[in-house]
Amino acid sequence: MWGFYLKGLVASVPFFLKGLWMTVAVSGLSLVIGTIIGFIWGIIRVSRIRFLPTIIGAWVDVIRGTPFLVQIFIVFFIFPELGIHLEAFPAAVLALTNLAACFICEIVAGGILAVPRGQREAATASGLSDFHQMTHVILPQAMRIILPPLVGQYVLLIKDSSVVSAIGVTDVTRVGWLTVQRIPEGLMVFGLVGILYFVICYPLIRVSNTLEKRMTVAATRL
Amino acid sequence: MLKFFNFRVILEYMPLYMKCLWATIWLSGLSILGALIVGTIACAMRLSRSRSFTGIAGCYIESIRSTPLLAQIYFLYFGLPSLGIRISEEITGVAALTLNSGAYMAEIIRAGVLSISQGQIEAGIATGLSYSMRMRYIVLPQAIGATIPPLLGQAIVLVKDSALLSLISIAELTRAGQVMTSERFMPAEAFLTTAVLYLLIYYVLKWLSEWWQKRLIFRETS
Repeated sequence: MWGFYLKGLVASVPFFLKGLWMTVAVSGLSLVIGTIIGFIWGIIRVSRIRFLPTIIGAWVDVIRGTPFLVQIFIVFFIFPELGIHLEAFPAAVLALTNLAACFICEIVAGGILAVPRGQREAATASGLSDFHQMTHVILPQAMRIILPPLVGQYVLLIKDSSVVSAIGVTDVTRVGWLTVQRIPEGLMVFGLVGILYFVICYPLIRVSNTLEKRMTVAATRL
Repeated sequence: MLKFFNFRVILEYMPLYMKCLWATIWLSGLSILGALIVGTIACAMRLSRSRSFTGIAGCYIESIRSTPLLAQIYFLYFGLPSLGIRISEEITGVAALTLNSGAYMAEIIRAGVLSISQGQIEAGIATGLSYSMRMRYIVLPQAIGATIPPLLGQAIVLVKDSALLSLISIAELTRAGQVMTSERFMPAEAFLTTAVLYLLIYYVLKWLSEWWQKRLIFRETS
């Protein structure tokens, strides 16, 4: 029986690769947009603009306090009631982008706050504008603190992207779920799903660990 | 949408929500306890001198960390029956959450144990304390103090992750939202209520974590 099922599984490998492509597309798109938004939110969060930091803080708290599955259901089921009709794919990207932006916002804000105050004061004294202070003085130093957890967060978000299978996006997890209906060997099917995620995530975890080691060495050398 | 927001129906479904809130709490509570035990064992194995123990623990931790929880839940849910193991969804769910969180907790505990300086352990050896006494009086009291906030953070993640159990038809908070949506077709009321109840748990745990951190700082300075 095992041989028969294994043959069936090998036959559906192209299907799995299609699912893998969908996972890469959803998480890749969300990570790129989420990183940009997350950096903007993070910079605003530690700025002295009125109200906006508080609003972003509250929003981040709400998103961090609710499960991603519930968020995705809210986007997918409630937006149509407001008159916004979204297909499964844009809904998934929207929810995951928001999640990514919220977590990255916290990482960026933490990194910026870790840069010593004197640096900003020195930049002000040198006559740099707020924008140039950020791009030339604060961010380059904050990057050292931001980068390792950022890559770690990417891994978490790629894994979270498996949840979008619940609203019918055919990513790897959903392909596994569909396949297991035909090939009732859960260990084999989801073993393959696990391997496919492992191939993406494990190198990123290693990158994060290496960055962490190198960046802390660089920071102590300062 | 807000014009039609129907509190009466929410009130009608309140008993179901309370039952499901309780289910979420006991499912995650049980998983947190299990994960603490699994995490401690995995951490002890990883730090042991035996290479085979280190290898097994490393394999377990890395494979859990690089695959999504949903794939792990499906792996157990669809995989165990094909091995001839028939257990209820609840036990499968708790097992998946325990194994998943255990890997993360092992890493947190390991960081806590490694944060204790070698000199303290050497001093313990010099004073003639046995291994278990060194653990009990020197290593653990300090390690636990420092690891409680990240462990509570992991507990928050676990409570949110328990939402995924609704996908293997366990009656918990997210499932209550799904039931109400399918019976009354009121996704807004259903999922926003779910989200609010999750936020409630989140804020309690967050407050607990902040309170402990304050206590910790107070103890260290006094």
